[in-house]
Amino acid sequence: MTTQDNLAGVEATAVSPRLLRGNFRLNWRLRPLPDLALTFLLVFGVLATCQALVYFGIVSRFVIPLPTSIVPALGELIGGGGLGEHILTTVSEAATGLAIAVVIGLSVGTLIAEFRVAERILYPYLIALQTMPKIALAPVLLVWFGFGLGSKIAVAGVISLFPVLVNTIAGLKSCDPGRLDVLRALGASRWDCFRLVKLPNALPFIFSGLSSAVMFALTGALVGEFVGASSGLGYLIVQANNSMDIPQVFAILLILVVVGMAAFGGMQRARRKFLYWSPNQD
Amino acid sequence: MGKIDRLTLDESVAVSESITRAPVIATRGLCKTYATSAGETVNALSQVNFDVGQGEFVSLVGPSGCGKTTVMRILAGLIDGYTGSVNIGGRVVHGPTPHIGVVFQDANLMPWRTVLANVTLPGQVLRLDKKACHARALELLALVGLGGFEKKLPGELSGGMRQRAAIARALLHDPRILLLDEPFGALDAMTRDNMNVELARIAAEAGKTVFLITHSIAESVFLSDRVLVMSSRPGRIIETIKIDLPRPRSLDVVADPMFAATVLRIRRLLEQSTSADLHVTLAH
Repeated sequence: MTTQDNLAGVEATAVSPRLLRGNFRLNWRLRPLPDLALTFLLVFGVLATCQALVYFGIVSRFVIPLPTSIVPALGELIGGGGLGEHILTTVSEAATGLAIAVVIGLSVGTLIAEFRVAERILYPYLIALQTMPKIALAPVLLVWFGFGLGSKIAVAGVISLFPVLVNTIAGLKSCDPGRLDVLRALGASRWDCFRLVKLPNALPFIFSGLSSAVMFALTGALVGEFVGASSGLGYLIVQANNSMDIPQVFAILLILVVVGMAAFGGMQRARRKFLYWSPNQD
Repeated sequence: MGKIDRLTLDESVAVSESITRAPVIATRGLCKTYATSAGETVNALSQVNFDVGQGEFVSLVGPSGCGKTTVMRILAGLIDGYTGSVNIGGRVVHGPTPHIGVVFQDANLMPWRTVLANVTLPGQVLRLDKKACHARALELLALVGLGGFEKKLPGELSGGMRQRAAIARALLHDPRILLLDEPFGALDAMTRDNMNVELARIAAEAGKTVFLITHSIAESVFLSDRVLVMSSRPGRIIETIKIDLPRPRSLDVVADPMFAATVLRIRRLLEQSTSADLHVTLAH
């Protein structure tokens, strides 16, 4: 049917950011069997090649660990106790930083999108800050916020702020004027236009910003720990690296993969809950 | 130019005399100019005068870009900066009024709201009683033939169904006037014909004054009690034509010689107005 006319608006605004990230969802069940077999075969092939390269001394085991040595390292890590606490440290740093970034990003983004004055005052700084690699702030933030959780939360917050902020602005500004006319013709207040049309309309953008922000926050927490910390997964990596315990480093990386995937899965679930209406949803 | 203006003024007086019921919409001397990005001013409307009586179905027909939508947006209170006056329900208005329910060219439904929640949206904006709105929305959905689709999302509906929902939404707060801006322009011809039959029925059942903007001459003749013919830019009403075809009208009415004659007459009027424009531009 003639679904294009109305969907076109939604697609033009909502799909482009989604296409960038939303379709990476891992959906094992939907994959045809030969693909699945190939996926595992690929992993097995890479691991076997590594094993062979290291085993026959072509590559030093200080560069790449024997894949088989990662398993006991992982066992040691999990059995050794304290791992849960390190995970919790990193995850809570990332989550707190993200939460602060979301609050600031949504509110400042709304100000900039809704008020010309705010846009004129803040936008130049925003552009300047956005083009700067914010990770470079990590050492300074350590000085400002101390050796504890504070500096890691700050790094996580600073680098995850921008995807939320920029997408909030883009989402609020991309609102279809036709939909706003519906409310305006009823004499709706600006607040009603915002809460009933603009904000829900911006959700696909905000969610794609959040998806990046979640990963940025984890990265920020880890970098913060690299710079200086006494606990957390980033701290563990630096420790293992310093003692040249490369299997241990890889074991921690595996744990980070699990943490990252859990965070990503959570985001996808939230996205499906709030964006049930959005077309091209996975 | 001045001659034409006076002509339309006289005409509108004649029209308002012919209406015994008090006009629900009355415009006097509507003019609107736009500034283009190049700094030129474009006359969109010039001295637009017309009346619409209570319960009347009036169409405004004209070529694309003649300023029809500008008239609609002025009536709906969506644009400013015009001269002349708009009188709705006996009062001069300068902005949106709850006396009007608007149906736009695009259904403009909120894709995150169910059909029912879309129809009750005006209630939320106008702070109407929730329960009453819910009940009325269900009635209206039945009226527009969407009974049973309350829980669907707009994305699950066809284009015609979405326009039906938009009509139900426009009627929710029980406005006196239904204002439609090319509501079926995006639909295919068959759906469009059916929607026109439906619109005639809905307008009659809801007992609303309807002001329809369209570029389809046949559509305007089929639906209206009167057709206002608008010239191309600057838009002005060049003729008002009363349609005396009996109601209710079925699609078979197109075979009526009077229908064909009226359509032809309006077409000629529009052709004359555009060729007159052509002469003006050639003279320059």
